[in-house]
Formats: sequence, structure tokens, C-alpha cells
Amino acid sequence: MDAVAWISTVLKIVFVLIIILSFAPVLIWAERRQSAMIQDRIGPHRAGFKLFGKNITLLGLLHPLADALKFVWKEDFVPPKADKLLHSLAPIIALVPAISVFAVIPFGGYLFLDHALDVLQPGQLLSGPAISLQVANINVGILYVFAIAGTGVVGAAIAGYSSDNKYALLGGIRAAGQMVSYEVTLGLALVGCFMVYDSLILQDMVEWQRVPRIGGEHGFSLWGICVQPLAFFLFFTAAIAESKRIPFDIPEAESELAAGYFTEYSGMKFGMFFMGEFVEVITSSALLATLFLGGYDLPFLEDHGFDFFGNIIGVPHALVIGLQVLTFVVKLIILIWLQLMIRWSLPRFRYDQIMALCWKLLLPLSLLNVLVTAVGILAWDSIFGK
Amino acid sequence: MGKPVNKPGRTFMEQSYVPEIVKGLSVTMRHFFKNTFSRRENTEIVTIAYPEEKRVYPERFRGVHRLTHRNDGSPRCVACLCCSTACPAQCIHIEAAEYQPGDERYGYERYPKVFVIDELRCIFCGYCVEACPCDAIRMDTGVHMPASTRREHFIFDKEMLMSMPGQDGTHLTENPRHEPGDADYPGLDREHKH
Repeated sequence: MDAVAWISTVLKIVFVLIIILSFAPVLIWAERRQSAMIQDRIGPHRAGFKLFGKNITLLGLLHPLADALKFVWKEDFVPPKADKLLHSLAPIIALVPAISVFAVIPFGGYLFLDHALDVLQPGQLLSGPAISLQVANINVGILYVFAIAGTGVVGAAIAGYSSDNKYALLGGIRAAGQMVSYEVTLGLALVGCFMVYDSLILQDMVEWQRVPRIGGEHGFSLWGICVQPLAFFLFFTAAIAESKRIPFDIPEAESELAAGYFTEYSGMKFGMFFMGEFVEVITSSALLATLFLGGYDLPFLEDHGFDFFGNIIGVPHALVIGLQVLTFVVKLIILIWLQLMIRWSLPRFRYDQIMALCWKLLLPLSLLNVLVTAVGILAWDSIFGK
Repeated sequence: MGKPVNKPGRTFMEQSYVPEIVKGLSVTMRHFFKNTFSRRENTEIVTIAYPEEKRVYPERFRGVHRLTHRNDGSPRCVACLCCSTACPAQCIHIEAAEYQPGDERYGYERYPKVFVIDELRCIFCGYCVEACPCDAIRMDTGVHMPASTRREHFIFDKEMLMSMPGQDGTHLTENPRHEPGDADYPGLDREHKH
């Protein structure tokens, strides 16, 4: 790799880590404030410091900071009969895969360094050194996501197993059962998408959603949610289930299992589970945005600038890419907000209800979706040609 | 034999979750947007951020005591010890004293040389206010005892008690005080004897 690739890769990794690691504490704040707003309360707004006689609280944003400080200073308790190695390993296994999924998610198009300040012509082909705004553009793309996300369940299961605690063990087993079940729906819901997009690479999928498809050259592009609406709902449901949060919080089940699989965890190890949960919310939102909501696609923003049905407002290439990244982050925030809304609106499922929902409703529906998509594509191709 | 009652059935729309979820979400979202994006007084938030915002106490709230004044600024208290007798917590300590000979009130009233209330002992029952024949002690300050880490701060002496205004901001009361020597004085005085 040359110098540009090295530097850009490092910068991209830093950007992704900043997004994830700054979003996670902000999410803790957002969850607490948002639930407060939903429930007619104020929420945390008190932690702060005195500066020039004024109390700086930043709307309560300092609470996660205080929480993190508390986590660090708390006693790191390990049960006497616990498996010391596995007990320490589990939080890492739970957190790291959730973060590494972000490696293949594109948050912007290709940035061509030679043309950074040019206003491009419609249809202009670019050459020269280019930076893909994605940490790793690997050709198995979405399969990597499943492989890595599937590892997350190991963390929860090991945590439950190694804690030497009945509640934790039950929580771990439940987590394993639930996540393996929903992994199936999660994958099958996307098979329809692979068929439509004709690729496994996430960047290709986003580019497919950017191409105008209705109303000629300057018409509308079709987002994944328009061509695969059922898959969107199935994937959304399964993704919420994967994050082990209400309404699918069976592995934690406070009313039944104390704190579930992380009952015996304290201090920063608990903090890592806690953060892993929020990181999963972020990654599932990012996947949803990429696969179904056009990723970094801003309506009317083409490579050469804004294009309102042929009325072109030129925008420099670098600014286009910047707007794309911004669009992606905004979509991410909206989806995370929606997930938090759902978490604070719906009641919990019972364990058997969760399994019944997955195996009896979501799985047949996802298979049906695959069938209908296949028939649809076959019919389309035979009538209109490729 | 009991009559079997069928469970109320659920419609297909209810079974398919999505419309019901949308209904539930619309409720939470209404609260969320109203509470987040409207002005504080238009929200439905019921929390009171205590030390900064305070709940308005009801008019008859029994707060910290005060000793009411006469028009000349002296205490209305005549040191009759009714309040300290009535006090179930025995938190009132009064030392009575005579006015000097030649004083208008000499021979008619006494005054409290020392009037101390231990607010830590006080149970805020209000019996002292009920017992007072002169409307001299009141609990209408609207102030509850502020927190402190020093016991001395809770021992209220005469000056402290007299410095507290009532909720209306004055040190007086609604009830007029008839002094010996006034024309409307109902009792006996030096000019009107038996």
C-alpha cells in the first residue's frame, strides 16, 4: 500500500472509532433524557462543574462521563468460583465484534484526490488516486457482517457460563437461544436484498440505491425500503432482537433473572457490556441506513451537485462527499432515535412469545420474501430484459 | 357448573403487531415532541428541580416560627408561657421579665427576656400558635427549616424569631393590638380602674 492509502485508512479508522466511541456515551445520555421526555420527567441534568461562577452541565451530557469515572473506580469483583480467564474475556468478546462490524459500512462515496475541488460534469468518469470512505472494502461485505455479529452471542454465553451464577447461566443460555434464532431471520431478510442489488459489497448496494430509476435520467432513485419493504421490517425487528434490548430483553430480564448474563459483572467490565449493547444499536442502525435507506444518498445530490429534475447546481467534489458523510450520520441518528423510541414504548415479550414470533412468523415471512423477490426478478428480467 | 367465558378475540390487525406498535409509538412520540420542543411552561413535565425551582406552599403551611411585632417594633408576646406549656415537644424556652416602673405597660404585662425555640426538637404541630392568646407566635413564614450541619443554626433566639417576616412580608398580623392607654383598649388601665 502506498502512503495515501496508509494515511487514509488510519484516518478512516479514527473517524469510525470517534463516531462509535462518542456515540455510545451520548446514547446513554440520549436514552435517559429521551425516556424522561416520554415519561413527562426532566431526566439527568445535574452533573456539572463550576466555571467562572456558572454551573456547566451541558444539558446533562456530563452524566455519562461521571458514570465512566465511577465504572473505573469501582471494585472489579470476580466470583470466587468463577472461571477467571473466561470471565475477563467475555466483555471483550461482546464489545469488539460490535465495533468491528463498522469496518465494512460505507459512510461516503469515493473521494478522488485529484478532483477534490472541481465541480464535475454529469456522467464524468474520474481517475487518479481515490479514497473509499469505508475502512475495509471487502468483496464478501455483508457476509463479514454476519460472521462478526454472530460472534457477539459468544460473549454473552461465555459471560453467563463463567459467572458461576444461576441467573447468569440462564441469561447466557437465553441470549444464545434468542440470538441464534434471530440471526436466521436477519440473514434471510437480506437474501432478497442481495438478489435485488446483485452484490454483497455494501458500497455497491448504496450505489444501486443512488442510480435514478423512475422518471428517466433526472428522476428518482429507489431506496431499499421501496423495493424490499417487508425485508426492512423483518431486518429491523431482528436487529432490535439482536441488541438484546426491550422488547426483546429476555437475556437480561430484570424481573426474572436479576441482571441476566452480566449479573456477576461490576466496574468497567459491566461498562463494556453496557457499551456493547449501545454499540450494537449503532451498528444495526448503520446497517439499516446502508441497506434500506440509501446509505449516504441524499435525494437530488448526484456526483456533480444538486440535480432538481435537470436544474443542476454544481457542488465541488469534496463538498459532495462531505454532504454524503453528513447525510449518513443524520440517517444514523434518526434510526437510533427510532430504536430508542421503540425501546421506551413497547412492553417486553415472554420467552416463548419471542421464540414463537421468530420461528412461526418472522422466519416464514422472510422465506416468503425471498420467494416473492425471486419470482419478481425473474418475471421482470424475462419481460423487460436485463 | 360455571359458564365458560370465551376470551375476547383479537383481530388480524391486532395480531399483526405493526398497527398497534404504531399506535403505541404515536403516544410516546407525542409526549416526546411536546416535552422536548415546546417551552417549559407548555410541557407536561411534572418534575420540579428542587433547589432551583420550589413548589408553592399552601397558604396554611406551617413553616418556621416567627414572633410578631407591635406597631412600635416590640414583641407582641407577653410571656404567658401558654405556648411552651402547650408544646408537646417542649422545644420552647421562655424567661419572662417585668417592664421597668414608669413604663406604660408596667404592672399590666410582662415581656420575654429570653425566647428560644429549638427547631430541631419542634415537630411543627402548630399547637403553640393555637395556644397563644396574643397572636404573638405564628408559623406563617412559608419557610421550612433550611438544612445545616451545625446544631447551633437550629436554635432560634428572640432576635432571630422577630426578624422573620410573614408570607405577606410584614412583621405585623391582621389582628389589631389594643395597647393600655389607647381609647379602644377593652380592659382596665391606669385611668379606668374599678
